[in-house]
Amino acid sequence: MNQTFFQVEHLHKRYGDAEVVKDLSFCIAPGECLGVIGPNGAGKTTTIRMCLGHTLPDGGSITAMGLPMPHEAMAIKAQLGVVTQFDTLDPDFSCAENLLVYGRYFGMKDAAIKARIPQLLEFAALTHKADAKPGELSGGMRRRLSLARALVNDPKLLLLDEPTTGLDPQARHLMWERLQVLLQQGKSILLTTHFMDEAERLCNRLLVLDHGQKIAEGTPRDLIAAHLEPDVVEVFGVGAHALVDSPLRALAARVEVSGETVFFYTQDSAPLLQALSAYPQLRTLHRPANLEDLFLKLTGRQIREDA
Amino acid sequence: MSTQNNDNKPHEGRRAAPMPESPPGGQRGHASAERGGPQSIWRAPELSMRFWPVFLRNLLVWRKLAIPSLVGNIAEPLMWLVAFGYGMGALVGQITVNGQQVPYILFLASGSICMSAMQSASFEALYSAFSRMHVQKTWDGIMNAPVSLDNVVLAEMLWAAFKSLFTVTAIMGVMLGLGISHSPKLLVAWPILLGVGITFSCIALIFNALAKGYDFFTYYFTLFLTPMMFLSGVFFPLEQLPPVVRLVADWLPLSNAVALVRPLFMDQWPADALRHLLVLASYALAAFWVALALTRKRFAK
Repeated sequence: MNQTFFQVEHLHKRYGDAEVVKDLSFCIAPGECLGVIGPNGAGKTTTIRMCLGHTLPDGGSITAMGLPMPHEAMAIKAQLGVVTQFDTLDPDFSCAENLLVYGRYFGMKDAAIKARIPQLLEFAALTHKADAKPGELSGGMRRRLSLARALVNDPKLLLLDEPTTGLDPQARHLMWERLQVLLQQGKSILLTTHFMDEAERLCNRLLVLDHGQKIAEGTPRDLIAAHLEPDVVEVFGVGAHALVDSPLRALAARVEVSGETVFFYTQDSAPLLQALSAYPQLRTLHRPANLEDLFLKLTGRQIREDA
Repeated sequence: MSTQNNDNKPHEGRRAAPMPESPPGGQRGHASAERGGPQSIWRAPELSMRFWPVFLRNLLVWRKLAIPSLVGNIAEPLMWLVAFGYGMGALVGQITVNGQQVPYILFLASGSICMSAMQSASFEALYSAFSRMHVQKTWDGIMNAPVSLDNVVLAEMLWAAFKSLFTVTAIMGVMLGLGISHSPKLLVAWPILLGVGITFSCIALIFNALAKGYDFFTYYFTLFLTPMMFLSGVFFPLEQLPPVVRLVADWLPLSNAVALVRPLFMDQWPADALRHLLVLASYALAAFWVALALTRKRFAK
């Protein structure tokens, strides 16, 4: 019964002495959105490149739509849509021409592509920009044109490498809206992102990568529940650091210090908040634990030098 | 709080049955064959008609810029031709080629059209191809669709050759208009000049594959193409060169191109045509192979 839709097994990749992907396995079910999150240099882009056959793995296998990668790379890519981190739009072509030319790479007939262009432009909210060149578009419009271009062949699976990096909130929300429409239409998505709200909003399942290894996998909610206390109280201001060694420490399950801020992770925030009311000079922020907390817990707070 | 508890469960809730360990159809064996060793960059070119949409892409860009680029492409060679051909021609007078006296301008025109084919193809396969490959990342975008790197390189090669043929055609038209040559054998020279364009775009693509930036191409033009112009009988007969230099000159691609094209301008059939054609074809084939290998290496990250 199992027709492997997209499966990666025991993938390895090394560059010289550096092992950038270590024994990575995951699968994507039809209609599913799988998010891959991890710090810079975690191996996300290398993994995507291997999924596209651009980079050959040193070990392991990738199977897509029942076909082995990279042996059947062309047959697989015919059924994929790709949006890379950096736009590769043709600057000399209008939006409509970009779609036409890209459709030809899939062996599509001009008439078939031209019939699709109006709906693709409409989907990307670019109908009024059909004759504009990418250089005349905003960053959000360019990303949406890249997405429309990736849809020209009506792919089953979309590979999106940081599709909203560098966009303003309006453009980002419009992108999310469009991706949700695609998921409703039954498309599958593999998404890498640095935005935890994006991951939470779009992904059925998340893969946390660090140093080329999978360090956690699950639905966003399950991951938070499994790794974190439900509540976070952030405290900052003069004297915040002293709280770490005060009796308040006992009211939290876990305490972290980052810069000037103290993070209290707790099952029950009420006693802690009450105790904190005795320190009016401190500013407190009480919120539920989120994916960002999870991400920082799993991958650490330090800046990655190799990023 | 265990971290690894749920990690290996396949997608709870959606999938009732567990995923089998091995994919069907013996693909595991296949995958390990892939793993056996990285493919050599020197493997044979794998070409198909998938190059055609890439060629069409370049054509569509160029169509928008054709007229201005045409002026740029033919103005310079024509200025050389007129200034040198008529200016120097008045000093030099007739020149002897294969025992036949010809006006210097005919001598120069038949050589400089080969030079134009060379330069036009080189320029396109260096600066323009590099822009598409490295600066605009057009190639990366194309290869996310089912078009292989081999086919992209083939398309760039043929595109540069096509552009050079276009330039050559325009220059030949002007030469006909100026009455420099009316040889019917120019019809044969035309496909040969396409071959010259192919040869030089193949060679240029080697340097495209090696380039870190545009500056690199200046070396190619000043250290390789310019000396070759002077050693290939474009401006003066090869017989003027010392024998040692001639030994090298005889095997340069441009001198073989000139040896083929010049007699056709004089309404003669070239001597040793097969040898010259073979030299050009060997350069083209070897250079394409090397260019493809180096480009594969560049893209294999």
